Amino acid sequence: MVEASRPGASTTLLPRQRPVMSDTPLLQIQGITKAFGSVQALDDVDLEVRPGEVVAIVGDNGAGKSTLVKCIAGTHTADSGRILFEGQEVHIHGPKDAGRLGIEVVYQDLALCDNLDVVQNMYLGRELNRGQILSEAPMEQHTTETLKSLAVTTIKSVRQTVATLSGGQRQSVAVARAVMWNSKLVVLDEPTAALGVAQTEQVLALVRRLGQQGLGVILISHNLHDVFETADRIAVLRLGRNVGVFERLKTTQQAVVEAITAGKPTKVAGIPSAAPAGAGA
Amino acid sequence: MTSAEVVGPDRAPPLEEEQLPGGFRGAMERARLNLRTGNLGALPIIVGEIAVVILFGFTATNFFTSVNFVNLITESAGTAMLAYGVVFVLLLGEIDLSIGYLAGIGALIVAELQLPGSSWQMNGILAMLVAVAACAVIGGVQGSIVAFVGVPSFVVTLGGFLIWQGVILNKLQQRGTIIIQDRWINYTDAYIFSPTFGWLIAAIFTALYPGSVLYRKIVARGTQIAQQSWTSATLKTIGIGIAAFGTVAVANHGKIIETPEGLPLAGLIVVFFFVVLTFLAKWTTFGRHVYAVGGNAEAARRAGISVPRIRVLVFMISGATAGVGGIIFAAQVNSVALTFPPGNLLLNAIAAAVIGGVSLFGGRGEVRGALLGAILIGTLQNGLNTLNISNGWIYIVTGLVLLGAVTLDTVAVRLQARSGR
Repeated sequence: MVEASRPGASTTLLPRQRPVMSDTPLLQIQGITKAFGSVQALDDVDLEVRPGEVVAIVGDNGAGKSTLVKCIAGTHTADSGRILFEGQEVHIHGPKDAGRLGIEVVYQDLALCDNLDVVQNMYLGRELNRGQILSEAPMEQHTTETLKSLAVTTIKSVRQTVATLSGGQRQSVAVARAVMWNSKLVVLDEPTAALGVAQTEQVLALVRRLGQQGLGVILISHNLHDVFETADRIAVLRLGRNVGVFERLKTTQQAVVEAITAGKPTKVAGIPSAAPAGAGA
Repeated sequence: MTSAEVVGPDRAPPLEEEQLPGGFRGAMERARLNLRTGNLGALPIIVGEIAVVILFGFTATNFFTSVNFVNLITESAGTAMLAYGVVFVLLLGEIDLSIGYLAGIGALIVAELQLPGSSWQMNGILAMLVAVAACAVIGGVQGSIVAFVGVPSFVVTLGGFLIWQGVILNKLQQRGTIIIQDRWINYTDAYIFSPTFGWLIAAIFTALYPGSVLYRKIVARGTQIAQQSWTSATLKTIGIGIAAFGTVAVANHGKIIETPEGLPLAGLIVVFFFVVLTFLAKWTTFGRHVYAVGGNAEAARRAGISVPRIRVLVFMISGATAGVGGIIFAAQVNSVALTFPPGNLLLNAIAAAVIGGVSLFGGRGEVRGALLGAILIGTLQNGLNTLNISNGWIYIVTGLVLLGAVTLDTVAVRLQARSGR
């Protein structure tokens, strides 16, 4: 039952710190296309994430954000296009495949079991056991260490049920669980959608910390405030197409909003990256 | 202290739980805190059981005899077996209505297989194993329809309820009652252990709980699961010891004419399954997954747990425990007749689990709840019987107790939610 990615190696997150923003891309998506019947959900989409980089994917409803995430997670298989992970082409056919590569997805509606405690949730589906008997002690220790390494300090006891945690704490547990499994790329789907102001700050700080620890992070969000707080780069999708990638430090919220609402596909004329940043004001 | 502060400005209290004072005072304080926050555990049902025993002890002349006590154990044993299965099914948030007649199928199979003179006659022990396995398979088939096709378990097992009732009717209407002569099968109800063996069983059973506490304190040293206080562990051990040794003492005390009474095998079977199934639910990966699927099936699926596999296995457990219960009931009357299953078996089993604090909505409850609930229902019905109270009143009282227990539990859960625990 013990899987290839043991948590022992990953619980000490700090030594893993890599030089932030390495040049070899962690994830490269090239020309992904996906249609559901006559609906073109993704049309020739590119995306690149480097280690230690937080890339936000923004776009209006129906822009294809969720579909893109599902292609990365292996829930959907793209009709055409390539996915490269650490420079090698990969075919992801399900969450297990994604997990094996080091890709973890934290879903919007929090895949936690309310009736189980923090430790039980962190190890859900990947319990440590000898024979079939649960090894509670190492699970509890690794959970405590992982939360500490991510500076998630507001949770009083790792043995309280998740039902008793606040929204921000629950989201932190979900993120910590994704990180614990030796993951290299963490995909966060609307991590702050249901949170209050203070709790949102808590989660955004956690997202930044993931980047600082050398992980690649994809952040899906509606909320441009969150995006500008955390992301290094912002990829905008509109109607299933790339309409621009912005460096956070070189752009404005207004430029991004314009791209979301009225952006032109960047690859239509074969001229990539006609980013509408300049066309803004 | 200073080094800890460097880690982060928003540093909250460390991850350990607040320490309550140790020793007896600490235990009392913890108990008071639990009471106030509605974390009652098994306390109400144990208090209820004690109250019922005292009440009948004073009012019914034949209640507090060891003969009746042994009867009580064998009567409750079958219900408890079925209720164990109900716990697992309810933990998933499902229901199994077929177990009453599935118990009948189990009894029918052993009765057929032990029939002297038939070509398939086999040893009683083998016959029981075959019957229980068959019930597990039937449970598995019903579970598969729930898990893979997606038909609600209520409907699938309601179908099972009718089908197995029909099978029993067909079989026994033409055949009449089948007498069970095999001594091994009849032993499941009537075998009486010698007093010494009874004491031994009580000692082993009492030792299991402190044993598990010790195991955790040694193996999981330093973690929070090992943090149970010695006082509370000691008090609980004493409570379990009183119950176990008290049961054996009363059972050993009596005599039917010349044959000495003692702990019946049915009691040991129930205790054995209690230990095994508690272990399965609380200490194994499978048990953890059952709670996970009951708590949030979608989360469990995303975490890579095979939800259909868990569902099928749980319905197999439910079928198997029903089969065991059915055999015990058949052994009680040394036969299988059209009146099987006795009384409100299905509803009693579900009531036992629910009285024992198992939630109907999944994810919450423990195996011990089924045992305690079955004992309470058994005691009530036995006591009212010895008082010569009509069946109508027995149903009414059982119903009121069920209602009271669930109301108390609902209030307790609301209290817990309010106190954020």
